[in-house]
Amino acid sequence: MSNTFTAKIWVLGDDIDTDIILPTEYLALKSVEDMKPYAFSPLRPELAGLIQPGDMIVAGKNFGCGSSREQAPEVVKALGISCIVAKSYARIFFRNAINNGLLLIENQELRDVVTEGELAKVTPGEKIEYMGKTYEIANLPDNLMEILNAGGLVKAMRKRNGLD
Amino acid sequence: MGHTLIEKVFGRKVGREVKPGDIITVDVDWCMIDDIMAPFAISKFEEMGFSKVWDPNKVVLIYDHFVPATQVDDSRHFRVADAFAEKYGVKNVHRTDGICHQLMTEAGYVKPGDIAFGTDSHTVTYGCVGAFSTGIGYTEMAGILGTGQLWVKVPESIKVVVDGTLPKNVTSKDVILRVIGDLTASGATYQSLEFSGSCIENMSVASRMTMSNMAVEAGAKCGIFVPDQKTCDYCNIDYSDEIKELYPDEDAVYSRVLHYQAEDLVPVMACPSLVDNIKPVSEIKGTKVDEVFLGSCTNGRLEDLQLAAKILKGKHVAPYLKFIVTPASRKIYLEALRDGTLEILSDAGAIITTPGCGLCCGRAGGILSDHEVVVATNNRNFLGRMGTSKVQIYLASPASAAATAIAGEITEAPLDLF
Repeated sequence: MSNTFTAKIWVLGDDIDTDIILPTEYLALKSVEDMKPYAFSPLRPELAGLIQPGDMIVAGKNFGCGSSREQAPEVVKALGISCIVAKSYARIFFRNAINNGLLLIENQELRDVVTEGELAKVTPGEKIEYMGKTYEIANLPDNLMEILNAGGLVKAMRKRNGLD
Repeated sequence: MGHTLIEKVFGRKVGREVKPGDIITVDVDWCMIDDIMAPFAISKFEEMGFSKVWDPNKVVLIYDHFVPATQVDDSRHFRVADAFAEKYGVKNVHRTDGICHQLMTEAGYVKPGDIAFGTDSHTVTYGCVGAFSTGIGYTEMAGILGTGQLWVKVPESIKVVVDGTLPKNVTSKDVILRVIGDLTASGATYQSLEFSGSCIENMSVASRMTMSNMAVEAGAKCGIFVPDQKTCDYCNIDYSDEIKELYPDEDAVYSRVLHYQAEDLVPVMACPSLVDNIKPVSEIKGTKVDEVFLGSCTNGRLEDLQLAAKILKGKHVAPYLKFIVTPASRKIYLEALRDGTLEILSDAGAIITTPGCGLCCGRAGGILSDHEVVVATNNRNFLGRMGTSKVQIYLASPASAAATAIAGEITEAPLDLF
């Protein structure tokens, strides 16, 4: 997880709930690919079409609050989002994201200083560099790093079952 | 140092003392999979390469969000889940019995001290009987189906004490809304809400369910009550010595303590579009309302329907207003049918629907349009939850909902009605 990458920033607010990330009416579409155009649609209907693979989201507190729908982190991952940096996460979203190999970073300061469309340089587990300033970030607990490093929970279980 | 209730529940499961922050692996007593998530959990389970379910008797499949189907692809979920149940020997399948969170205790699955996970965030509801229960994603559920285990971080606890007697137009819904307003939507994130006090002790299990159900709206991992005689009667079990051990120690350590005097509480609503935007009903009185919804896993129980019927008896809902009533389960539907509650509600102009998640998750009858206002007894008023993102959702108690339905505008139930 020491691969540094540079990403374009999309800025969202506090309490971005899972009904905003993906409304209930799209949960039963057959694949995550089908769901992609509707991500964030109640709040910003144009956003899903503008996000490019490799971009990042910077948000406020309690990101992913609400339902347990795993389609929420899956659709964010499918849009190609490289990581989310938020002040805090709702717990189910947090677990679901890790289980799908989506990198989550907790940082209190970045949201209040960033401008949408600007670039940030991310070194997972270490730091984020933005506009010449460095923001330190913490590593995840070991059991979560194991799942992330395996590439998500499905791959970790396949390994356990002797399949990969 | 003493332990909180949730520490005792986990400690007993793993056979040693635990403290907040410990990461433990627990054996799962129950897992609940709802119809929306079933196909996803099943496909992950097969992708993981498991050849059998760890214990089919501990798996409960419940079809509720899509019952009856409202979109042409919905029934695919039932077919996929039915095929899974058949293949792996899962016998606990509820196809039309009601909402998952009502059934998991009502149908006799979850008991005090149990550990349960479900593919829906309101799985926290089973804290009403002194169990640990919480929502997870479908990938983790797939892992449990194969292994019977999951890791949990032992949470810190927030103690919520409510003493005294509630005013007659204030229900447990008003209490939990007030708590969420004070904690904020993220104020209990990763933590356990532990409810106690004389008001809580005097509450029915049904009223407690309303509170544990909404614990997640403050971000909590669970909302748990000390199991007592009433709990055991509800669960149809003996109030055994083992269950009596499930209480918090005097010297347990809490991250925060909130204390309420019940007599001071007033009817409140969560105003658009945040669950923690709590205002006294008196402050928003007079807001015109297009629809009222009484139902959901939060407030679709017999006592909720009976309370509404008491207020609506001999009256009629406002002429243009739609009043939708959805009992939480078939059992409740039948009880309300037999005791005359449904007749009173229907006479008052209610549209009574089949038990299920219905309108709460924005998929069934009663969907609203731009700028319409709904007063609803469910648990979320997020943008777009019950129709378009311009619908205004106010979350309320059954008493306030019934009074509002008559007036056609937001109002609280007058005390002299009782």
